[in-house]
Amino acid sequence: MKDNAILVVVARFLIPLMMLFGLYVQFHGEYSPGGGFQAGVLFAAAWILFVFIYGLETGLRIIPERVIYALAALGVLLYGFIGLLGVLLGGRYLDFDPLLASPQAAQQAGIILVEFGVGVTVASVVMVFFMMFARRRAESLEAGLDPDADEDIGQ
Amino acid sequence: MNITEIMPFIVLIPLLAGPVCVLLPGRGLPWLLATISASAAFILAALTLGSVFEGETLRYAFGDWPPPIGIEYRVDAANAFVALLITGVAAILLPWAKPLVDEEIPERQGSFYALFLIALAGLLGITLTGDVFNVFVFLEISSLATYGLIAHGKDRRALLAAFRYLIMGTVGATFLLIGIAFIYILTGSLNMVDLAERLPALGDSRALQVGLGFIVVGLAIKLALFPLHHWLPNAYTYAPTLITTFLAATATKVALYVMLRFIFDVFGPQYSFTALPLAAVFMALAIAGMFAGSWMAIFQRNIKRMLAYSSVAQVGYMVLGVSLLSLAGLTAAFLHLFNHGLMKAALFASVGLIAYQAGSLRIDDLRGIGRQMPWTLTAFALAGVSLIGVPPTAGFISKWYLIGAAVEADQLWLVALILITSLMALIYIARIVEVAWLQPRPDDAPAVNEASWLLLLPVWILVAANFYFGLDTRLTVGAASAAAQALTGGALEGLLP
Repeated sequence: MKDNAILVVVARFLIPLMMLFGLYVQFHGEYSPGGGFQAGVLFAAAWILFVFIYGLETGLRIIPERVIYALAALGVLLYGFIGLLGVLLGGRYLDFDPLLASPQAAQQAGIILVEFGVGVTVASVVMVFFMMFARRRAESLEAGLDPDADEDIGQ
Repeated sequence: MNITEIMPFIVLIPLLAGPVCVLLPGRGLPWLLATISASAAFILAALTLGSVFEGETLRYAFGDWPPPIGIEYRVDAANAFVALLITGVAAILLPWAKPLVDEEIPERQGSFYALFLIALAGLLGITLTGDVFNVFVFLEISSLATYGLIAHGKDRRALLAAFRYLIMGTVGATFLLIGIAFIYILTGSLNMVDLAERLPALGDSRALQVGLGFIVVGLAIKLALFPLHHWLPNAYTYAPTLITTFLAATATKVALYVMLRFIFDVFGPQYSFTALPLAAVFMALAIAGMFAGSWMAIFQRNIKRMLAYSSVAQVGYMVLGVSLLSLAGLTAAFLHLFNHGLMKAALFASVGLIAYQAGSLRIDDLRGIGRQMPWTLTAFALAGVSLIGVPPTAGFISKWYLIGAAVEADQLWLVALILITSLMALIYIARIVEVAWLQPRPDDAPAVNEASWLLLLPVWILVAANFYFGLDTRLTVGAASAAAQALTGGALEGLLP
C-alpha cells in the first residue's frame, strides 16, 4: 500500500511515536500502569503497521526472521538469568536484593531488566504470529485459493 | 548448599534449557541439552524425595518474598514422589527417542525439544508449587506446549487431535481458574497453606461449593476421568511416539496429584467430601471408566489407541482408590499413579519401536511380527503382564493395595469389579500377544527387522523396573504411604459414615 500517499504519511508519523510510546510503557512499568507485556505488544504493533504499508519482505529486511526467533528465546533467557543472578550472588531465585547495594535501586534494576526480557519476547512472538498469518495469506493468494482476492487493494 | 536451595532447580533447569534449545542448530545439540537437563532434574528430584521421605516439608520462597504474599514451592513426600516419576520417565525416554524423533520430526528439532522441555517444566511446576494461581500458570504452560507437541505427529490427523485437546484443555484450565477465582474472592489469598487455614474459618457457602466444583471438574478434564476423556485417545494415537509415551506416563498423573492437593490440602477432606458428594461421584465415575475404558480397548484396531483407552481405565483405578476415603485407598492411588506410569511408559515405548520398525500400528498388520521382533514384543508382553496385575510385577502391587483398601472399607463388591476389569485387560493384552506370536506372518507382509539394542535397552530398563518394583516395594509403597500421610496429615479417620 506504499502508493497511497495519505497512508504513508500518517504511518511515517505514527510508527516512531508508537515505538516511543512502547518504550515509555516499558520503562515506566514499575511506577505506572504498563510493563513488558503491554510494551512488547505496542512495539510489535508498530512493526505490523510498517509491514502493512511496505510489505512483509521489507519488514523482514529490518528484522530478519532468524533474529525474531532468536530474540523470542533471548528475552526469556534474560528473565531467567536475572533470576539466576540472585542465586549466584547468594540470594534466592528472582531475588533482586543482592544485585545492588541499595535495596530500592536493586529492586528497581531487577524488575526493569526482567520486564525488558518480557518485552523483547512478547514483541518478537507477536511479530512471529503476524508473520505466520501474513505468509499463509500470501500463499493462498498465490495459489489462487482465495475468493476475496479481487477485493484486496494493492495486492 | 542444602536441599531447599537447590530444589526449585528441578523446574528451573528444564524451563531455562527450553529457550536455549530454540537457539541451538541441527539435530544433535538440542537433543543433548534436553537429555542432560532432564537427567539433572531427575537427580535433583531423587535427592529431594530422599530428604522429605520421613515427613519433612521443604519451603522455598521465590525472590525471598515471604508467603503468603510471595510465591513459594512447597515440597513434601507427595509432590516429590510425583516429580521423581516425571523426571525419571523423561530421563529414560529422551536418550531412547533420538532415532524416533529424527524419523518423525525431520526439521526444526530445536523448537521440538524446547517445547518438550517447557512441557516438562510445566508439569514439574504444577507438582512442586505451593501457590494455587501458580498451578494454573504452569498448567497452561505445560498444556500449550503439549498441544504443540501433539501437533508434531506425522499423521495429519494429529492437528485435529491437538485442536480437540486444545478446546477441552482450555475448558478445563478455565474451570480451574474460575474455581481459583472463587476461593480468592472469599479469602484474598492464593497460598495453599494459607488457604487451608482460612477456608475452614469461613464455614460453608454456595460460593465455596461452586469453587470446589469448578476446580474438581476442571482437573477431571485434564485427568481424563470418564466421561471427560474424549480428548485422550486421539491425542495419544496421533502424537509422536516420544510425546505419547511421555504424556501417558506423566500428564494425567500430575492432574490427579493436583486434584488431590486441592481436595485434601486446600479444602480439607472434611469439607470437600461433605460439601459435595465427591466420594460417591468419584466411585461411580471410576467404575464406569474402568469398564468403559477396558471395553473400548478390547475393540480397537490401532494398538496405540487401544493403550490410550486402557489409560482411561487405569485412571479409574486411581480415582477409585481416592473415593474409598481412607489412608489405604489414597496410598493405593499414589502407588498406582507411579506404577501405571512405569507400565504405560514401557508399553507405549515398545509400541513406538513397532511403529518405527514396521511402520504400522494397525493390529491387523502385526500378524506374526513377534517372530521378527522378538525382543520388542516380549517387552510389550511383560509390560502387559504388569498392566494386568500378575505377580511379581508393579501392577500386582498396586492392585493388591487397592483390593486391600476396598476390603478394609468393607466394600467387597469392589474387589469383584477390580478383578473383572483386570480380566478385561488380560483380553486386550492377550489379543496382541496372540496376533503377534501365534498367527503366521502373511506372505505379502514386508519383512521387519528387530530394533537395535540401543533402542531396546531403555524399553527393557522400563520393563525391568516394572518387575523390580513388584518385588522391592520399599521405595514405591514407602513413598506412596508417605505421600498419602503428607496430603491428609492422617486426618481422615471418622470421615466415613
